[in-house]
Amino acid sequence: MPDTRVRRTAALSTGLVVSAAALAAAALLSLTVGAQHIPFGTVMDALFHPNPDNGQHLIITESRIPRTVVGLLAGAALGLAGAVIQAVTRNPLADPGILGVNAGAALFVVFGISVLGISSLTGYVWLGFAGAAVASVVVYTIGSLGRGGATPVKVALAGAAMSAALTSLTTAVLLTDVATFDQFRFWQVGSLAGRGMDIALQGLPFVAVGIVIALASTRSLNALALGDDVAASLGQNVATARVIAAIAVVLLCGTATAMAGPIGFVGLVVPHVARMITGPDHRWLLPYSMLFAPLLLLLADVLGRVIANPGEVQVGIVTAVIGAPIFVALARRKRLAEL
Amino acid sequence: MTASPVVAERRRETRRVRVVSLILLALVVALFALSLSYGSFQISLPDIVRSLLGQPTPPQVDYIVHTLRLPRAVVAVLVGLAFGLAGAIFQQLVRNPLASPDVIGVTAGASSAAVLAIAILSVSSLTASAMALGGALLTSALVYVLSWRQGVGGYRLVLVGIGVGAALASVTSFLLTRADVRTAQDSLIWLVGSLNGRTWDQVKPLSVAMLILVPAALILRRAVAGLQLGDDVAKGLGMNVERNRLALLVVGVCLAGVATAAAGPVAFVAFMSSPIAVRLIGTGRPTLLPAGLIGAVVVLAADFIGAHLVGGTPYPAGVITGVVGAPYLLWLLATANRTGRGG
Repeated sequence: MPDTRVRRTAALSTGLVVSAAALAAAALLSLTVGAQHIPFGTVMDALFHPNPDNGQHLIITESRIPRTVVGLLAGAALGLAGAVIQAVTRNPLADPGILGVNAGAALFVVFGISVLGISSLTGYVWLGFAGAAVASVVVYTIGSLGRGGATPVKVALAGAAMSAALTSLTTAVLLTDVATFDQFRFWQVGSLAGRGMDIALQGLPFVAVGIVIALASTRSLNALALGDDVAASLGQNVATARVIAAIAVVLLCGTATAMAGPIGFVGLVVPHVARMITGPDHRWLLPYSMLFAPLLLLLADVLGRVIANPGEVQVGIVTAVIGAPIFVALARRKRLAEL
Repeated sequence: MTASPVVAERRRETRRVRVVSLILLALVVALFALSLSYGSFQISLPDIVRSLLGQPTPPQVDYIVHTLRLPRAVVAVLVGLAFGLAGAIFQQLVRNPLASPDVIGVTAGASSAAVLAIAILSVSSLTASAMALGGALLTSALVYVLSWRQGVGGYRLVLVGIGVGAALASVTSFLLTRADVRTAQDSLIWLVGSLNGRTWDQVKPLSVAMLILVPAALILRRAVAGLQLGDDVAKGLGMNVERNRLALLVVGVCLAGVATAAAGPVAFVAFMSSPIAVRLIGTGRPTLLPAGLIGAVVVLAADFIGAHLVGGTPYPAGVITGVVGAPYLLWLLATANRTGRGG
């Protein structure tokens, strides 16, 4: 027995290293591919000896590096957040979209554009974050009222209700305000384009704290996954563990949505794929999700740039088109419903 | 000895369903009359009756009633009825309150098709309606086929529907970024649902469809009750589970589809009508007709509020149902949870 366990640990560790290497390759791909063809040597040159007078170097440093960094951060955040939400709610459907987080961020962004007259992405970041946080706290509070705490069904229902209410308010503003709608529709699809380094730097501390909290709570997530009663009998403070996990989710989802707009399916699909490799142990599931999600996001972003060259299809569309079939395939598997 | 209390309880329940349905029907009639009479040009009730009966009325009354207000009110009633019935069918079929047509992708398919029609292909609004219906039917067929695996399990249907719906929603967002901003904004109506500018063009196909679908839904009522007991019990009772489920799904999808084609996916009506009906009846048993009537009340009231009671700009009915309906559901959840009945 100990032998297989050691072998399994070795295999999973190797898998992590391979995934990290794949992620690095995807990041390089994201730096190399784009509307303007730039040779790989020049990309390397721009990375290590940037020359501000060289136009091609400028494209790399001003456009492709920031969007790749935002993709890495937002991807890692979405993957981790998805894995944590699914563990806490024991709900295979749990996703920022389902829990009303995206709708909250969207409403606040619309409010910012329409009422406060904010027109820069830097301004949206904070509003998106605040909206995501408020929506998740309200959904979670309503979902956890009464006996039994935050059961999957109650949280999912509260999230769906919240999304519908917020979306109606958002639409009410958009119907009467063309200028706001014009800005908002490009935010709403979810994209990495046009994100500067300042956005990545703003998001970084939040994502970092979220990652630390999430990775530190893997043991309590393992306990929660067994059900509240078992977790309590294992000496776990269920309420505290849930609140800590919820804080991590708000930080991660909120920041990802703030940086890149609402991106669906990544947080939903990636943990399921990771779970096929790692099994239910969150000590492995979380790191894998954290690497797989940015990998998916960066590849989707590159794909979006290739298929519509010289324009591009926003990454949120590509992840939906890639993610939906995977999700449907997963839903057809018998075991998914019994997570 | 044991049979008589059950029989008495059944009778009480039937009586309660009847009373509730009658009250709801009265409410529908009252709201219908109100939406015909109230507006920038007030029309008295006797004048409305005279106009409807074809008797002589003051000038303009005939035009306002017959051309402007009547089609809109009729569409509101039919659309509400259709959404209420569709929601009740889906939720009871899958035994999951989340499984209304707006959650499992049916109306998302209609919206995508309509936005494609208006924003990208720039076709007329009637063609857009037809495409919306086509989108709803196509999406439902896709969801049904994708979730087929030796029968369509209820939970799998919801999962697949949510996946397909989310993908279609992002397709819609994408289409909105590709169009001219004005046409894109026009097509927003197809994301929330509105009764603005409905004419007899919408009423005719809608009422023909409802003449077939409503009786079909009421005939299938028994099947709903059987399927509620679970597949195994229903089979044991001699039901052909898959055939009944398919028939119910087709009726439910067509109801949601024709309603969306006429007025867009009026938010939340399908989702909340059935839970309200269950609360009013108070027995937790399937109640299709009251759910449909509640849908009609909700759409009529929302359209009236949006058009007349909210500030200067008329808001579409879908915005009102979303803004009013969702907090209601949240409140429902919160109070049910406090008393310990929350799921």
